[in-house]
Amino acid sequence: MIRFNNVHKWFKDLHVLNGINLQVQQGEVVVVCGPSGSGKSTLIRTVNQLESINEGEIWVDGKNVADPKTNLNALRAEVGFVFQHFNLYPHLSVLDNITLSPMKVKGMDRAAADKLAVTLLERVGLAHKKDAFPAMLSGGQQQRVAIARGLAMEPRVMLFDEPTSALDPEMIGEVLKVMKDLAESGMTMMVVTHEMGFAREVADRVVFVDHGQIIEEAHPEHFFTNPQHDRAKQFLRQLLTPMN
Amino acid sequence: MNYNWDWNVFFKSTGIGSEIYLDWFVSGLGWTIAVALVAWIVALIIGSVLGVMRTLPNKLLSGIATAYVELFRNVPLLVQLFIWYFMVPDYLPESAQVWFKQELNPATSAYISVVVCLALFTAARVCEQVRTGIQALPKGQSAAALAVGFTLPQMYRHVLLPQAFRIIIPPLTSEFLNIFKNSSVASLIGLMELLAQTKQTAEFTANMFEAFTLATLIYFVLNMSLMTFMSWVEKKVRIPGMMGGAK
Repeated sequence: MIRFNNVHKWFKDLHVLNGINLQVQQGEVVVVCGPSGSGKSTLIRTVNQLESINEGEIWVDGKNVADPKTNLNALRAEVGFVFQHFNLYPHLSVLDNITLSPMKVKGMDRAAADKLAVTLLERVGLAHKKDAFPAMLSGGQQQRVAIARGLAMEPRVMLFDEPTSALDPEMIGEVLKVMKDLAESGMTMMVVTHEMGFAREVADRVVFVDHGQIIEEAHPEHFFTNPQHDRAKQFLRQLLTPMN
Repeated sequence: MNYNWDWNVFFKSTGIGSEIYLDWFVSGLGWTIAVALVAWIVALIIGSVLGVMRTLPNKLLSGIATAYVELFRNVPLLVQLFIWYFMVPDYLPESAQVWFKQELNPATSAYISVVVCLALFTAARVCEQVRTGIQALPKGQSAAALAVGFTLPQMYRHVLLPQAFRIIIPPLTSEFLNIFKNSSVASLIGLMELLAQTKQTAEFTANMFEAFTLATLIYFVLNMSLMTFMSWVEKKVRIPGMMGGAK
């Protein structure tokens, strides 16, 4: 579904992605973790070309995203993206946030889009909030709406860029639950997160990134109980027992 | 100071038909509104297009918009008016020159010049406000719009501009008031708008203080009403759940 072939990216002198090779199969859930500044957010943003790459290839659903001939809008329409800061459209109601892209990008009519939106809102447990505006919702609720917005395009794959990092602790669970349900429904997912509980329970594979390189790639069970790399060991130690 | 105020002057006959001086002010106000409103609509359209251009990744388009702003902001309004009224017509094609200088009613040709001048001048200022409005939005908004597959025009139309315009209502309001006040330059090329009628009344009646007091009052009430209207608009489009409109 997604394949990175020796991908490089530089921000001026900073080599943020240094030879990334990675595959995500259909229906697979891959969690990407790593210390801050390791390039994991950049990595996930290159999949739908919110960030361009300097070298290499990224294939999504059989299309090379870095090829100038690829229709990026059509590709992005098939790739859902959930942001750390939700990025809901503040001037639109919850319902309109979800219906806007199916209507404008896919040409769906208002009645069908509304119906779809309500179904999705039920799925994320927020049908009663359809007429609210984003500023009236908690962070957790906003993120669930953002997930529904991504799903409204009926994407082939969903990307999550630290979806719970901006949330208060008591709201993390409700978002992770929605993501877990989504994974169980068979959605292909690539998730950048520090939520190791989610990784352990839901992921098929954990990818550890540091300094723009994938330095460990393993089944969650192996990754958490028996990490190979020193950097990964240190990272897990800091994450699991931050005081020591 | 020894000045005999005489407020009845406005109800005195001008000597032309049954006209009283107050009629001159009414007609002047009509021209002022006709100039400012039309120029404002044109300025809003051109300024918005330029403002969007300035935020585009395309260097050529944003460069054109920047050059426009620099040109029109750095030359005094009055100089621009004289250029549009006295100079530009001479460079029109022959037939257009005849039409503009001879066939058109002089009031109409002055009207066209001043509307073009004010619209293009104000467009540069609207452009800067639209640009800052767009740039004030969190980066995540354009990322979110692009991520669902919107084209650039769709992103501006549905996501960026509705938010940007809400943010810039207060500075746009002051530009809206400015265009009414700036329309008084039209008096210098013979368009009988409010200021020109005021000066004419002052000359005809020698009641200069009354004339200018009334003009002041009219401009003041006019602008106060516009401001009230704009704050009503601002409240009307305020985003529910947000204190001061868009963040």
